Amino acid sequence: MQATIEVNDLHKRFGSTVALDGMTFTVRPGRVTGFVGPNGAGKSTTMRVILGLDAAASGSALVGGRPYRTLRFPYRHVGALLDAAALQPSRSARHHLLWQAHSQGLGARRVDEVIDLVGLRQAARRKAGGYSLGMRQRLGVAAALLGDPPVLMLDEPFNGLDPEGIVWIRGLLRSLAAEGRAILVSSHLMSELQDVAGHIVVVGRGRVVADTSMADLIGQHATLEDAYLELTRDAVEFRGAS
Amino acid sequence: MRPRFVHLLRAEWTKLRTVRGWTIAMLAAGLVTVALGLLIASGDRASCGDGASEEACPAAPVGPGGEAVQDRFYFVHQPLTGDGTITVRLTSLTGIITYPPPGHDEIVDDVVPWAKAGIMIKDGAEPGSAYAAVMMTGDHGARMQHDFTHDTAGLPGGASNTSPRWLRLTRSGDTLTGEESADGVRWTGIGTIRLKGLPDEVQVGLFVASPCDLTVNSSLGGSSEECRFTQATAVFDRVDVQGSTPLGTWSGIEVADDDGQTDWEKDHRPNGLVRSGDTFTVSGAGDIAPLGDSGAAPIERTLTGTFAGLIIVIVVAAMFVTTEYRRGLIRYTLLASPRRGRALAAKAAVIGVVTFVVGLAATAVTLPLGTRILRANGINILPVSQLTELRVVVGTAALLAVAAVSALALGILFRRSIAAVTVGVAVVVLPYFLAVGAVLPESAAAWLMRVTPAAGFAIQQSIPAYPQVIGHYAPSTGYYPLAPWLGFAVLCGYAAVVLGLAALRLRRSDA
Repeated sequence: MQATIEVNDLHKRFGSTVALDGMTFTVRPGRVTGFVGPNGAGKSTTMRVILGLDAAASGSALVGGRPYRTLRFPYRHVGALLDAAALQPSRSARHHLLWQAHSQGLGARRVDEVIDLVGLRQAARRKAGGYSLGMRQRLGVAAALLGDPPVLMLDEPFNGLDPEGIVWIRGLLRSLAAEGRAILVSSHLMSELQDVAGHIVVVGRGRVVADTSMADLIGQHATLEDAYLELTRDAVEFRGAS
Repeated sequence: MRPRFVHLLRAEWTKLRTVRGWTIAMLAAGLVTVALGLLIASGDRASCGDGASEEACPAAPVGPGGEAVQDRFYFVHQPLTGDGTITVRLTSLTGIITYPPPGHDEIVDDVVPWAKAGIMIKDGAEPGSAYAAVMMTGDHGARMQHDFTHDTAGLPGGASNTSPRWLRLTRSGDTLTGEESADGVRWTGIGTIRLKGLPDEVQVGLFVASPCDLTVNSSLGGSSEECRFTQATAVFDRVDVQGSTPLGTWSGIEVADDDGQTDWEKDHRPNGLVRSGDTFTVSGAGDIAPLGDSGAAPIERTLTGTFAGLIIVIVVAAMFVTTEYRRGLIRYTLLASPRRGRALAAKAAVIGVVTFVVGLAATAVTLPLGTRILRANGINILPVSQLTELRVVVGTAALLAVAAVSALALGILFRRSIAAVTVGVAVVVLPYFLAVGAVLPESAAAWLMRVTPAAGFAIQQSIPAYPQVIGHYAPSTGYYPLAPWLGFAVLCGYAAVVLGLAALRLRRSDA
């Protein structure tokens, strides 16, 4: 099983708005790839297209060389964290993971393993509706890890995490990458990615504006933040006069 | 490895059972169906008597087919051993109807459409025993009928002095053949039927019956029925019986003489036989027909609470998917099952099967308990075959299940609980209420029960409407315009359409 995400020339519009305009990049195994860009640049749409949730007008998106929709037990190929708020509030965290495990032919034992992995053992039987945003992020990561997948896609995983949580998830991401997995992490804060992403894909207006190693990017600019602002200057729709 | 779909079913089942509110609501749907059914049953009472002393109403006789029947008529008969034939000429069928509308102030000379006069071979004179008869009717020409529920039309027209009608009934073993003729020479067959187990000795003779004259006054929220006494009188001659008739003489009896005649009947115009030479003038009242719901309750009376369970089931089934849209959880459902049709199928199967099981448990408890309560309250239950009872019990559960699947599909179409529940209740429960609650005129009520998903309630009807029996056949009295399975098929048709639309929407749109 290849641990890659290959996105090739994706196009998509929402009405008159161009959402994806030739989006092309590849996520390789063994490292964390940061996926950054301003709001509306097409990060989430790209992720949804990769996961078969949205349909692109043209282009292809392959996970491990195959379209997501053709995967038998997709959680075993790619784990995804899209929206930490996406849960039924009156269902316990453990049951939230259990139905997803069952859908992939996995059992309760795997659920307990990922609960331990994300440090939610104490709270696992509580209703997920009472969870803080940080706990929900951990729960979302747990769901993504259920199928022990070679590919991971996490949309804004740092949101709502306290400093301890941010340290935790960075360590987790590094160790998962070290195991040879391909990991795509989106964020709109470059600083969050600085210590963890080995590679960066910067997008704006539905296309890739930079696809480079973190070292190269920092080498050309004073800070990662400067690099980001420079690269996305033409890609954002609104920015205060400076 | 087990097929993927089994895992999806398991996942959806896990989803459903792990939201406590839904589990409680599904149990409540079952319990409310039971509780409401039993409550309504325990509030239903009947007693017979003259007011001073209340006593249990006598149970109606039961016909050979197992159904409750009315078997009341005047019978001029004698025994017949073995095979034989009776032939008569009918020269007159007249009658009276007491105080009909609009004036309700006089007794008029007229015959009701289903007044019957003719010849009969019957397994004894006990009410409910097997019989076959050939007859002229008030308005429906010559007929051959047997065993209360079976009716075959002969030629139309009436009988009079100038154009008499000949009738003939032949027994050969357990086969009975009815014929008619205008001249006693050229005969036309009406029907040939079999009465299994008809004993060697039977009663053969002339009979007259005249059902009461029904008018229904409908008003908002209810209707009142009035059935006025009528009597028919027929004149027979050329009475001829071929075969072994050991007695050789006629005697007349009131079959099922329950002493229910009014004083006026007894004093002024008693039923009976007046014989003048070879001419027999026979007067009779009553009917030979299935009972319908007068004075007794059909088994589905106990399932009146179904609508309440149905509403709860619709809410749970809709929320089973609308909460996923509200929370964005639908994305994870589709991540877990990118083949969206399968995801929908798994969800529909789980909510359908769970609802069916809950519904079946509820109906299987309510029907026997409810009928026991009704009987204890003096209400007779119209007997039906075990197969019919099974159809009512299982069919009601299936009605709930199909409605649940429809509500789920509506949830996917509207993506909002309020809209899905409102539409679900408005198309399934509301028409039922409007029709059964007699809120609408009966013709409109009948149409609602034909064309809306509420047609599925027909699966609960245990006693059919008979075209040859005048009755108040309306949704408000428990008679639906479509046959049970046909009505259920209408509901299933709607479910299939809305499920198809849901699949289309789910497949086409971005999540």
